[in-house]
Amino acid sequence: MPIFKDKHYFRVNLEREPDENLWMTCKACGELVFKQRVRESDNICPHCGEYFFLTAKERIESLIDERSFVDISQPIVAEDPLSFVDSKPYPQRIEEAQEATGLAGAIIIGSAVISSIPVVLGVMDFRFIGGSMGSVMGEQICHGMEEAIGRRSPFVLVSSSGGARIQEGIFSLLQMAKTAAVRGRLAAERLPFISVMTYPTSGGVQASIASLGDVIIAERGAMIGFAGRRVIQNTIAEELPKDYQTDLFALEHGLIDRVVKREDLRAELGNVLGFFVEGR
Amino acid sequence: MSDEMTLDLLEAKIQELRELDKQDLLNLSSEIERLEKRLEEMRTELYANMSDWERVKLARHPQRPYALDYIDEMFTDFYELHGDRLCGDDRALLTGLARFDGRPIVVIAQQKGRSPQENKERYFGMARPQGYRKARRAMAFAERFAFPVISLIDTPGAYPGLESEERNIGGAIAENLLTMIGLRVPTIAVVIGEGGSGGALAIGVADRVLLLENATYSVISPEGAAAILWKDKKLTTEAAATLNLTAPHLLDLKVIDEVIPEPLGGAHKDRKQTASALKASLLRHLEEISGMPIEGLLDSRYQRYRSVGRYHTLNG
Repeated sequence: MPIFKDKHYFRVNLEREPDENLWMTCKACGELVFKQRVRESDNICPHCGEYFFLTAKERIESLIDERSFVDISQPIVAEDPLSFVDSKPYPQRIEEAQEATGLAGAIIIGSAVISSIPVVLGVMDFRFIGGSMGSVMGEQICHGMEEAIGRRSPFVLVSSSGGARIQEGIFSLLQMAKTAAVRGRLAAERLPFISVMTYPTSGGVQASIASLGDVIIAERGAMIGFAGRRVIQNTIAEELPKDYQTDLFALEHGLIDRVVKREDLRAELGNVLGFFVEGR
Repeated sequence: MSDEMTLDLLEAKIQELRELDKQDLLNLSSEIERLEKRLEEMRTELYANMSDWERVKLARHPQRPYALDYIDEMFTDFYELHGDRLCGDDRALLTGLARFDGRPIVVIAQQKGRSPQENKERYFGMARPQGYRKARRAMAFAERFAFPVISLIDTPGAYPGLESEERNIGGAIAENLLTMIGLRVPTIAVVIGEGGSGGALAIGVADRVLLLENATYSVISPEGAAAILWKDKKLTTEAAATLNLTAPHLLDLKVIDEVIPEPLGGAHKDRKQTASALKASLLRHLEEISGMPIEGLLDSRYQRYRSVGRYHTLNG
């Protein structure tokens, strides 16, 4: 039974489907599928097996023991230190993202139990300005790791991010160093950090905290890398292979430890976390 | 407002007049004096009203001193150490030993090329994973022998390309961040030209972070921000102004410690003067942080990065 009530459950590649529809069309196979079945199977198409986006709350639900989640996020929201305006003012962009997602920022931090092992869990939400890392996300990730240290529990981070929050300028860049700093403390305490990379884990997030896991697990279908396809083609116009920055590309080149199917991720986390828990 | 090229032309003309004056063909001294005064005024005005985008162009000026120029001017006995011991030697990122005021230090520096040929070799100052791993090797080396680390940052960014991704550029940057935050020696980073995003930060986590007056430090280039956020590559002036990427802005935002003044017109107008100002500042900072017990230094470095960010707490 779902522990979250979220009327925006169904999304296919971020394109909104009207919620009153009981049925949705899978963008991958074109089949009309029953939404409730999609939802019950962690947003995987029951017909072709394609993954649809998971919100942070849906992701949490898909990974943890039932009803074990307690939101321990800091009650903080973004500021606008640069008075940043592009196509709209940054504060407006934040407000719209908050309204659309019901979240304060692009990440949720909580305590939870995975396969009977208590953990601190951080999960990014790509809907919130591309899951980009600004001051709030940086602080929340650090807070999560400090909570893990306080509770002597492992830290699990599920990334889904396009990278740094450009609208916060230098402050977003420095979150890379900030999260790495606290990650060092977690290591000094000999507490495990499992980094789960999902679609997409890129830019400043991939080049900092997400790549610093003791174990790095990619969800099948993840996109993993530093500079996106467009950046490379715009700057050096290099031809890129078809599998560029795919999960298997990352595995083949040694960026990550394992690639795991979404439906197996919960068991996988329980399995790997078990190695760090006494008596298992 | 006049642009730099006009001023350079005027300067060249004054030089010609000086030559004529020297040859005693004409007495031009009062005229020369008048023109020099005017040139000075125009230059002051030009640089006082410089837009952030113009400053970006100054940071990228082809005549701007590069890392090796500063190494030459400020240090002695530079002894380059090559290679990451894994796959190669990145010519965009140099590491080595040197003496600074007689004291051994480790230098980590991003180096752009002057000629097309040199730029090809140095990837326009964009380091690849082997460069960042070489830097990490130099950091470990510095720690082992208790040598302070001085980083000279000057890069458009880490090299974006297939090869970089295959060798995990993101992971290499991340590892450096982790290494630098806990490095048990005094560390200073100076942005001497372009501080391009993660590629700059990957050698830039330090006890002191300094910028030359016309250097920039940013999460993304103005061109990149214009393309992504404004969907128009040409809006670089707006993007540069919004990103707050210049040294004075960054000092206001309290993310850097000091801005080192450059001669009017930029560092390339007087390389020696710039290097000497930078050297004086580096000596002062190095003396300060070298005097601190290492645990205290590591703690303040940690706090510096742990506390960075702007957010506010929700009421209730």
